[in-house]
Amino acid sequence: MIKFADVTKEYPKTGAALQGVSFHVRRGEFAFLTGHSGAGKSTALRLTYLAEHPTSGEVRVSGFSTGRVGGREIPLLRRKLGIIFQDFRLLEDRTAEENVAFALEVTGTRRSQIGPKVMRVLTQVGLAAKAGQYPRELSGGEQQRVAIARALVNDPLVLLADEPTGNLDERATRGVVQLLRDINAAGTAVLMATHDLDIVKGLTGAHLVELQHGRVVYDSSEETPPPPEEAPPLEEEAP
Amino acid sequence: MRLILRETLLAFRRAPLLSALSVTTIAFSLFVFGLFGLVAVNIRRTMGAVAERVEVVAYLKRGTPIETITTAVRDIESFPEVDSVEHVTEAEALARARRELREFQDIFQDLEANPLPASLDVRLKLGFRDAAHAEVVAQRLRTFSFVDEVRYGQDWVEKLDRMRTIAGAVGLVIGGAFALVAVIIIGTTIRMAVLQRSREIAIMRLVGATDGFIRLPFLLEGLLKGVLGGVVALGLSWAAWMAIDRYLLRADFFTSSQALLGIAAGGLIGLAGSLVSVGRHLRNV
Repeated sequence: MIKFADVTKEYPKTGAALQGVSFHVRRGEFAFLTGHSGAGKSTALRLTYLAEHPTSGEVRVSGFSTGRVGGREIPLLRRKLGIIFQDFRLLEDRTAEENVAFALEVTGTRRSQIGPKVMRVLTQVGLAAKAGQYPRELSGGEQQRVAIARALVNDPLVLLADEPTGNLDERATRGVVQLLRDINAAGTAVLMATHDLDIVKGLTGAHLVELQHGRVVYDSSEETPPPPEEAPPLEEEAP
Repeated sequence: MRLILRETLLAFRRAPLLSALSVTTIAFSLFVFGLFGLVAVNIRRTMGAVAERVEVVAYLKRGTPIETITTAVRDIESFPEVDSVEHVTEAEALARARRELREFQDIFQDLEANPLPASLDVRLKLGFRDAAHAEVVAQRLRTFSFVDEVRYGQDWVEKLDRMRTIAGAVGLVIGGAFALVAVIIIGTTIRMAVLQRSREIAIMRLVGATDGFIRLPFLLEGLLKGVLGGVVALGLSWAAWMAIDRYLLRADFFTSSQALLGIAAGGLIGLAGSLVSVGRHLRNV
């Protein structure tokens, strides 16, 4: 469903962020994109939701290809994706409910459908009771749940998560990860970029792609996993 | 559509200070332009009043039969440049002279015979009241056999022409400069509003809103601010006009169609300003 084929992304000032990256995330899969900061995780995600175009190679997402997609089609692709970030990106002057409804309103959902859909996802993330609160009144974990609700409300095929636990304490992190697992269990693919290896280790059976200096150094879905000495141990390093 | 309207109004409610600031900025830049407009309108009116006095006078030979004159009047009235023709008889000319030239009253009183010739006073249509057209009409009048002499005050008509040209050029340059300044200020104000909401724009893009959808509330907002600014500017101009008219000199205000045009211009500038600002912003993110 998400397929990177020999993707290279170069920036004029900072040089190559990704070099010859290939991997494949299948429908319904839970996939991790790991690596140190600066390894190219965020760039890979940005290429996935077409905020960037590859310098060479091709990114295919749910039938859209970076080689063919026009500017007008990008919004259509984004409606099939849910995206969450480390900094939540909520609108501070709207309540949790309004933040979630916003995603439906701007994509032209009929008004009568908005209310029930919003309540459904807020219940799913466990925040139905706090629908009327503003982001500043919510904890970090709760804000991320609102962001997840907003990402889910359009019934995406895949949820893209860029360091979603980066700003959260351990407890909130566990809650958010569990929520993402539940969402995945319900059929939505998840592609999560993180440098937190505790999370990765805690999720056995997930697809793991590790990036280092813009190259894939390990992909758990490769038929022959590289021998241990070639696959660098997944040690954590300060970001 | 309802949503877009709501978002537009919400923008005013969320940032009342910034909205008020931009409406005020728009209003004042349009007000300056409006003041200039008032000056222009009044200069034009004054020039028009002066130009109305551009008249070509054909003095007639004595003893020209009245039928000949009547036919000629009809002929002359059909000239494309001519607005109206007045036949002033010798007696009327004398009466007018007595009325208008009071210091020579004695001389006119003692006359035994009327020395003044009869004349045809030809008034020109609006747009033909300049030296070139007056000369064309004068030339044509000279071809009538019963016309003795034709005058139209060539010197001052030529002066009037020059003044008109200068006033037009100055008006164009200054008016253009004011309009440009207004557009730049308004564009900047709207750009501030766009930047203030850049976070919202980024989120809209992430959840799959089309550029057209993102743009529309801003365009409406710009239009609304422009129209509001135009209305305020019109009010300010009106107040300024009242003060000038009462304490300084008699002046005219804009006609209602000119006022509406001003407000529409405000709206258009607001719309253009947001189109440029949002367009640039959407290209950059």
